Amino acid sequence: MRSVEVAEVKGLKKMAANWQRAANGLRAGYRWFTGGQSLRVTGSRGKAGRSPMFYGAVAAAGVVAGYSVVSVAAAEAELHPPKYAWSHKGLLSALDHQSIRRGYLVYKEVCSACHSMQYISFRNLVGVSHTENEARVLAEEYEYPGDNDEEGNPTTRQGKISDAFPNPYPNDEAAKFANNGALPPDLSLVVLGREGEDDYIFSILTGYFDPPEGVEVREGMAYNPYFPGGVIAMPQQLFLDSVEYEDGTPATVSQMAKDVTTFLRWASEPYHDDRKRIGFKVIMVTSVLALVAFYWKRRVWSVLKSRKIVYYSKGS
Amino acid sequence: MAFGNAVYNALFRRTSTFALTAVLGGVVFERWYSSWSDSMWERINRGKLWKDIAHNYEEADE
Repeated sequence: MRSVEVAEVKGLKKMAANWQRAANGLRAGYRWFTGGQSLRVTGSRGKAGRSPMFYGAVAAAGVVAGYSVVSVAAAEAELHPPKYAWSHKGLLSALDHQSIRRGYLVYKEVCSACHSMQYISFRNLVGVSHTENEARVLAEEYEYPGDNDEEGNPTTRQGKISDAFPNPYPNDEAAKFANNGALPPDLSLVVLGREGEDDYIFSILTGYFDPPEGVEVREGMAYNPYFPGGVIAMPQQLFLDSVEYEDGTPATVSQMAKDVTTFLRWASEPYHDDRKRIGFKVIMVTSVLALVAFYWKRRVWSVLKSRKIVYYSKGS
Repeated sequence: MAFGNAVYNALFRRTSTFALTAVLGGVVFERWYSSWSDSMWERINRGKLWKDIAHNYEEADE
């Protein structure tokens, strides 16, 4: 028992000495970095093992690595979006489904002229923002390629509720040709696919400005500081009253941007509400079970932890 | 301890009743816990969920 205690204390002392040595190394590195000026060091210097300069070099390497990361980020002319107070941001906050419904209207009237949403079907809207009949009517507004007729000519058919949102262009090349060589990205997963997520989408949609001095914006392009590089191929799309909301909400630019961002968040995460609702249930139950398991482990191990093995010599 | 003894004798003493208690208790707890947490979810998010706005559109449907 006694020798074990001594060994533990020795181990602790050794660990403390190593930390002390590392701290001294940092100080030495700092002195080397600043040309040996100021910073009086009190207490003991490192004695055995690696020299303080070794630890100093490690610290200096860390500092240099940190600077290099920063400089890469600074090289991109990019304004990071502010954090907005989305109504679905909290741990237990559902998406605003009235906003999803308005956002679908904005997508349909504005965005869908150029952007596809290949992973979302009309049926996905049912029970989220539209009734089944409404979704059916929406689908029937579009035409899709159908079967070939008797003479082998391609035909079109009316859209069905199970169809994905239609692609405005027959293929990517046609989309690029119509948009100055830039491909409008598919919006199904765009919120999860961009750094900044909702905040970024909202900022892009509302972030069009006149280009500052020295920034060249070619014909058909637009200046948007939130877009990496600053020059974006999509000109401003949302203007006051671009759409007319059925629920009477004033269609300001920020209102439309907020609604379509909420819609796109739902499209990226159709399971969003269930994730939070069920996640809460699971975490509550498993945290109680974790406490039980912890107590149980202590109880079972208490026999082993508190036993004492005594050795004695038979001879004496 | 009288209550505890009564419960032990009635439910936990025999493996058959113990297992039955565990299964039935699990079912009852899950039903209660699920409805409680769902109602809390709906209370926190009142006005935002589809069930809160569906009546505006389902009437027009018919």
